[in-house]
Amino acid sequence: MSTINIIKDKARELGTTQADALQPIRSAALASFDKLGVPAVKHEEWKYTRISQLFNQSYKIGTDTVDSKLNWELFRLPEFETANELVFINGVYNAAASTVRSAGLVVLPLEEAAKGEYASIVSKHLGHSAEYLKDGINALNTSFLVGGVFIGVNRSTEIEHPVYIYTINDGRAENVFAQPRTLVHVAANAGVMFVETYGSIGHADHFTNQVMEVVVEQDARIEYYKIQNDHAGASLVSTTHFRQVGKSYVHAVTISLNGAMVRNNLNMVMEAEYCESNMYGLYFTSDSCHVDNHTIVDNAKPHCLSNEYYKGILDGASTGVFNGKIFVRQDAQKINAFQSNKNILLSDTASVYTKPQLEIFADDVKCSHGCTIGRLDEEGLFYLRSRGITEATAKSLLLHSFAVDILEQVKPDAIRVYIDQLISERLGSYYGNAYPI
Amino acid sequence: MNDGLSTIEQQITSDYKYGFTSNLEADQAPKGLNEDIIRFISGRKKEPEWMLEWRLKAYRNWLKMEVPDWANIKYPAVDFQDIIYYSAPKQSKKLNSLDEIDPELRRTFEKLGISLDEQKRLSGVAVDAVIDSVSVATTFREQLGELGIIFCSISEAIQEHPELIKKYIGSVVPMTDNFYAALNSAVFTDGSFCYIPKGVRCPMELSTYFRINAENTGQFERTLIVAEEGSYVSYLEGCTAPMRDENQLHAAVVELVAMDHAEIKYSTVQNWYPGDKEGKGGIYNFVTKRGICAGVHSKISWTQVETGSAVTWKYPSCILKGDHSIGEFYSVAVTNHHQQADTGTKMIHLGKNTRSRIVSKGISAGVSHNSYRGLVSVAKNASNARNFSQCDSLLLGDRCGAHTFPYIEVKNNTAQVEHEATTSKIGEDQIFYCNQRGIDTETAVALIVNGFAKEVMNQLPMEFAVEAQKLLAITLEGSVG
Repeated sequence: MSTINIIKDKARELGTTQADALQPIRSAALASFDKLGVPAVKHEEWKYTRISQLFNQSYKIGTDTVDSKLNWELFRLPEFETANELVFINGVYNAAASTVRSAGLVVLPLEEAAKGEYASIVSKHLGHSAEYLKDGINALNTSFLVGGVFIGVNRSTEIEHPVYIYTINDGRAENVFAQPRTLVHVAANAGVMFVETYGSIGHADHFTNQVMEVVVEQDARIEYYKIQNDHAGASLVSTTHFRQVGKSYVHAVTISLNGAMVRNNLNMVMEAEYCESNMYGLYFTSDSCHVDNHTIVDNAKPHCLSNEYYKGILDGASTGVFNGKIFVRQDAQKINAFQSNKNILLSDTASVYTKPQLEIFADDVKCSHGCTIGRLDEEGLFYLRSRGITEATAKSLLLHSFAVDILEQVKPDAIRVYIDQLISERLGSYYGNAYPI
Repeated sequence: MNDGLSTIEQQITSDYKYGFTSNLEADQAPKGLNEDIIRFISGRKKEPEWMLEWRLKAYRNWLKMEVPDWANIKYPAVDFQDIIYYSAPKQSKKLNSLDEIDPELRRTFEKLGISLDEQKRLSGVAVDAVIDSVSVATTFREQLGELGIIFCSISEAIQEHPELIKKYIGSVVPMTDNFYAALNSAVFTDGSFCYIPKGVRCPMELSTYFRINAENTGQFERTLIVAEEGSYVSYLEGCTAPMRDENQLHAAVVELVAMDHAEIKYSTVQNWYPGDKEGKGGIYNFVTKRGICAGVHSKISWTQVETGSAVTWKYPSCILKGDHSIGEFYSVAVTNHHQQADTGTKMIHLGKNTRSRIVSKGISAGVSHNSYRGLVSVAKNASNARNFSQCDSLLLGDRCGAHTFPYIEVKNNTAQVEHEATTSKIGEDQIFYCNQRGIDTETAVALIVNGFAKEVMNQLPMEFAVEAQKLLAITLEGSVG
């Protein structure tokens, strides 16, 4: 039996064992997955990312029980001692491993949130990303809505401790297919920071299909950092869907350094006036790593501002894909939307596919996009060489400075230093430690 | 508001000036499409057997293909069996001079303002006029013949230069390329053929006026231009069509071949009937245009001014195969009322040290939609490829749309590719900047509009620029401010 059929059977089985409030959503999603299937190359949004090949191998579906002695602490981020830590193992939220420190931060299993005081929020916002991502992959996650989590930030609360989210797969015995799901609700005038990272234990191949939906209310502020540095057998589809329902601020940074096939869907739906969102990304890949960043900015209301800046360094036989869409709807006047994508190709075998797309239906707007693809700047190299700096150091310096534009958008010092170290290590492995940071 | 903008607005709000129907007697094929119709067309054109076979092969391929639906355009499905695929003005014998032309036809040209004899006398442009599907007059042939340049209708070329046609037809746009190219290959009725021999610089701009005339006639033109080593040619294509209610299909194919050091400059002004203000009627323009820079240091340059058609689906492309070859694409597309345009280019870099440049300016008004769709592809072995693309959109009105779909695929690390795009209305800060310097608002707007399209308009040959300005009514230089 093919992997897809096994997955479908498993989803159907869920329908009989789980009789909770989420079941109608699950079965609707399964029906939609049945209809849409796994996106083929013909699917415009998946043209360069051949996701279907991930379904050619068998997986352990990640809703099974987990090993409590799993050493996930390996992946802990700096300053975890003062952070809220939420741990997903094989796609299922693990309350025992997680720590919630901050008052005002509510963490509940989704099934529970769906019937308590947050029921209306859950029913209103859960699955909103499907309106923007009309493909089987998104539906597939929803059809496995088990072990997900609801994160609520209370009104007018500034969450002092960052929220670290770990998505860990236990691949010591077999391949894992994990589908974590999160719904975040940030109430009016609240502020919170998320840092998300991914890790694998063992060397089996993984496929993580993650969906996180974030509802941002009036005057709320969110910082969101995503760090992807998993092993070369770990594939990931990571969807982060922000829905700004009130005037609010979102700052998102995506750092992709390693993995097999990594696809990031980052959506900003601006449903209120005066929203601001910043989206930054850095992908620094080598070997056969494939990183695909798809972003959607939907300006539904006037006076919004969005900034998007993605940079890529591609080495080995790696592939970088960038697809940025900006929609400006009718009547969404006075929009400012900027988008830029810059790529450096380090090897003969690396490739870049970029498509900065604008769809504009209002006239009083300022939208621009740009992209560049090229090599390291020859003049810059010459400048440094002529000052007695070795070629290796010069390259290392230039690449590091290329990445700094994005790095400096990571506001918490500890996280920025942590990412910087990962990048410096990578540069060190290329050019020697000629340029210690 | 002011002169500059109001001229645009005039264009935008004005009715189609060139809508009239000539009462020419047409020799028509029955409606519909099947192998017999293709045999009928081929028979009427007295084509050799190999051409008929080629057409039938294309037709059989076409049957297996599906109507493309990826473009950002919406229109009712075309009934391909409800089209007359062949219609020729009745013409008993070949004409030697313009005086012998049907007076009705002459008047049509005069209404268009391109009276043949005047052009012949004054502008030095050789005109191969195409009314519906058969060339009725070809001027300056002899003069060009002295240089060895062949400029004739493609049907004549099939008879007289079969070796060239056999070699090049379908070599750039294969019959299986896409749905409309396959359809064109099966049923094309006429078009132009141009051959510039080695080392010859064509002394005049070559030009063809296409007109769609008989009711319910799809126009399937086929143009083939071959520029041999070291040659140069500038080719102009201009279109106006009569006003009518039923949607008409136009699926042309243009193929360009440039050998070593050759240069082809292809300019288009397209002003077919765009439909009325409610979006009723208008031409469907589904065109496949592609050129190949086959030789080293060759160059192909496309310039287009698109103002007409209800639906436009057109991507003049360059395959940069020869080392050091250059591809250029300059476009101004104006859409208004219910018009939809999905246009752009493809630059396929295959050779080494190839360069391409894309400048696209879209102006949308009314409830129209204007899309730029482009591909820049750098193949693995195309080292030192260089591309610069710029696509800007100007929105006039709050019910129209501007869209950009640039695809960029780079597989070589020595490539340098840049793309930039902006969408805006005329900025208040820009006007303020001018005001500060003592330029009044009216002049400032004129200046800005001027500047917006100038980069493309400058690329048009002089004679054509005048025509373009007339058709566009964006009278740029000298008429504003």
